[in-house]
Amino acid sequence: MSETSTKVAPKVPSAEEVALIKKFLNDTTLFLGPDPEIMRNHDLMPRSAEEDAAMKNLSDAHTVAKIRDRIQAGCDEGYEMVEQMGAAPGAKWGDIITGVYSASGDLAIASAGGVLIFSALVHHPIKFIIKNWVNEPTVGVRDGDGFIHNDSRYGNVHNTDQSMILPIFHQGKLVCWVASTVHEGENGAIEPGGMPSMAESPSDEGLKMCPFKVVENYQIKRDILTFLQNSVREPKLQYEDMKVKLFACLRIKQRIEETLNSDGPEALVATLRTTMENVRAEVKRRVSEWPDMTVRTYIIQDSTLRENCVVKINCKLTKTGDRLIFDFRGSSPEFTNRATNTILAGLKGMLAQCFLCYVWPDLPRGQAAFAPIEVITDPHSIVNSSYDAPNSQSLMSIFTGFTAGQHAVAKFLYSCPEKYTKVHAPTFNMINTFIWGGVSQHGETLGNLCADLNGMGGGARSDTDGEHALAPIFATMADIGEQELNEEDVPFLQLVSKKMTRDAIAPGKYRGGQGYTMIVATKDSEQWGFMTTAQGAKIPPIQGLFGGYACGCYPLSKVKGVDVYDVLQNEPHKFKHSIEEIMNDQPFEGATYSTYHMGMGFEISKRGELFMISQGAGAGYGDLLERDPASVIRDIEEGLMSQGVAERLYKVKFDPVTLAINQEATDAARDAERKARIARSVPYAEFIKSWNKPTPPTHLQYFGCWGDDITKLYMGSADKFRDADTPRPNYMTHPKDVRIAELEARLAALGAMGSDKQ
Amino acid sequence: MKVLMTEYLRIDLDTENWECRVCDHVIGTATKSYKEGLLVHNRDPREIHPPILDPEKYRFTFSPDPEWVRILEFCCPSCGTQVETEYAIPGHPPLYDMEPDLPALKAQWARRGEQKTPVVGPAVAADKGHGH
Repeated sequence: MSETSTKVAPKVPSAEEVALIKKFLNDTTLFLGPDPEIMRNHDLMPRSAEEDAAMKNLSDAHTVAKIRDRIQAGCDEGYEMVEQMGAAPGAKWGDIITGVYSASGDLAIASAGGVLIFSALVHHPIKFIIKNWVNEPTVGVRDGDGFIHNDSRYGNVHNTDQSMILPIFHQGKLVCWVASTVHEGENGAIEPGGMPSMAESPSDEGLKMCPFKVVENYQIKRDILTFLQNSVREPKLQYEDMKVKLFACLRIKQRIEETLNSDGPEALVATLRTTMENVRAEVKRRVSEWPDMTVRTYIIQDSTLRENCVVKINCKLTKTGDRLIFDFRGSSPEFTNRATNTILAGLKGMLAQCFLCYVWPDLPRGQAAFAPIEVITDPHSIVNSSYDAPNSQSLMSIFTGFTAGQHAVAKFLYSCPEKYTKVHAPTFNMINTFIWGGVSQHGETLGNLCADLNGMGGGARSDTDGEHALAPIFATMADIGEQELNEEDVPFLQLVSKKMTRDAIAPGKYRGGQGYTMIVATKDSEQWGFMTTAQGAKIPPIQGLFGGYACGCYPLSKVKGVDVYDVLQNEPHKFKHSIEEIMNDQPFEGATYSTYHMGMGFEISKRGELFMISQGAGAGYGDLLERDPASVIRDIEEGLMSQGVAERLYKVKFDPVTLAINQEATDAARDAERKARIARSVPYAEFIKSWNKPTPPTHLQYFGCWGDDITKLYMGSADKFRDADTPRPNYMTHPKDVRIAELEARLAALGAMGSDKQ
Repeated sequence: MKVLMTEYLRIDLDTENWECRVCDHVIGTATKSYKEGLLVHNRDPREIHPPILDPEKYRFTFSPDPEWVRILEFCCPSCGTQVETEYAIPGHPPLYDMEPDLPALKAQWARRGEQKTPVVGPAVAADKGHGH
């Protein structure tokens, strides 16, 4: 049967009909899920009539500065309270933001320290509250209310982060909001610590709090609190930190009220809005000083934390006039059943962090600094994942996305005369630390992580080496914590801690700052375990800058079948203080020694078994043959590099006993190496004839675009792909099923599967 | 007028060429990637990031896997200075990493005047702290 039809122009609904349709849809909404209108917008809300009127009445810059400083001090005071009183390890090391938001929900002024990734994405839940709860008769927003939130699909970075949000009223009118956000960690997910790499759907990710009311009349509602405590592994922490965040908000509220009493609400509203608009305008002015250019880079993730594969984060950064556009199209499709996806806001937050910490650290902290910068992504990609994709390990894509941005930005900054920082090679970007959980020596159920994730090696700068174990890329003023204090609460020791990992280098004219070794062993609990969640055991997760090299790779090593505490008691000379010596010398008889990638799912550990990892190095800057020989010798003296590696890479000639430099021989060796480079290299046109391939290699599971063609996203092999604009499911097979299939194939090849019924 | 674009590269706005800042070699037209005028070496990453664990014993050694990633080393054909590195998936076309808009660059620098040395940027100075 055939059917013919005459094309008829569709009827365009009138404005009245559109309004009616909208009202109908609003009145009959069955589920208030994450709102794309809110979640996709990182720019400032339009200036309201109240803000406009207030700004017309306040033109005195001194008053604005006075109020801003007072509010800033209040935010910092709240920050200190959370840091000092918070129970979560995240609070102790500064994984916090406190801030004051405009009545429309924009983060106007934030605490100066801590985790500035929050600055671009803690505003979404407040906008959800404004849009949905203010006029909702069953909820409402009143003086004395407080709202809690952690579901990253409604804002914030990931579900470990919990916010307490308070509206601030003056004479019955909402004038602004205050909020406090902390990386609390535990959230009842399928693995302890709140960031499960084993999550295969959002349902595996534990507590998911869209913004809801948990405080009335400044009191935490005990029934809801009890429900939340039952939903996580650390019920006491849940209660304590909700109180801490509430009281930090109340302190900031107190500072705001002092301003309201001394200067009035209009001055406050005008100050918040003026601050944001000024920062936004200044960012556009600064961008206009950069060269008009397109810079391309990519960063490679080498695992999903469950299996090794190649996952591309593709970045094209274009600056035209005062516009700056990050284009992440071509990045890997989202994984339907792996946790390394991020929602778009997470990526934007980390890019904002890049500017606030590494490019324009002088700007007031808040949402405005990233507001005018544009971001383009493919739908359902690993940097813009859908509602149904798990994202509990979004840090993997947030951080590699950050590095792509940091790498690209450096190439704009070099020629720009107006600099607020030095040109900076990428900082190490993986959370190489131990996440832990179980029952402690005190009988407490715990789940959290070591603050060593904050010890990422700094990238080299244009005239300086990178600093060792400097800071996490998501916070410049965070701490790596006091391990000895931590050991009072948890049943394991870091037997080696804060010792630089020799030869794990990122060479260059200026080398990257290095990472340190961590060797842990459980001691006083039979119910305790560890997990690690990092990429970069097969492919470095960063790039070098201007001829400098990236870091190397960082695996997980284990020693099983040993009780190292017995060894330390009875044969202490056998214990070695480096992964290199323990793994290569194998000093413990009868023990097994093995290596893995850094995506270890939660694993129960036995007393005295060793788990060993290293923090990573930031990238190097410039040609390593230009490195000052004295700096090379200093690196040897400081145990960063062995003599053999130093001589072979840097071509420095020195006396192996005295380390005295032979300058003449060094110059000759370096001249010879430059000639050798020319001799072994080939012209570009000739090189690409044999190097360039039309599709990804067949021996790798590859995800993302290949080359410049961003319209085609590969999904694991050269013959499996999707159109970038057309989302498709992207399932990974369980690694154990992959292994079983391999073993069964071997058995079948040996004829040993013959009697198996199928 | 010449603009210092990277540690080792500059653009001569008059001739519209990339040049090596170390030896003044003219690398090629700035309307194309500077990499097209350089030499390339496909480096085994284990040579730069040496194995710390014995590769005879272990799958993971602290070295990148040479079957998964290579280091493309780009050097000046005249002086051998290493201008850029690119950690690349085997067979992935090298990136056209810096594509300046030359007319815009000319207009921008016409307002500024030539700079012979790069601006380094401010150093981070230690705070003296609070005292009485």
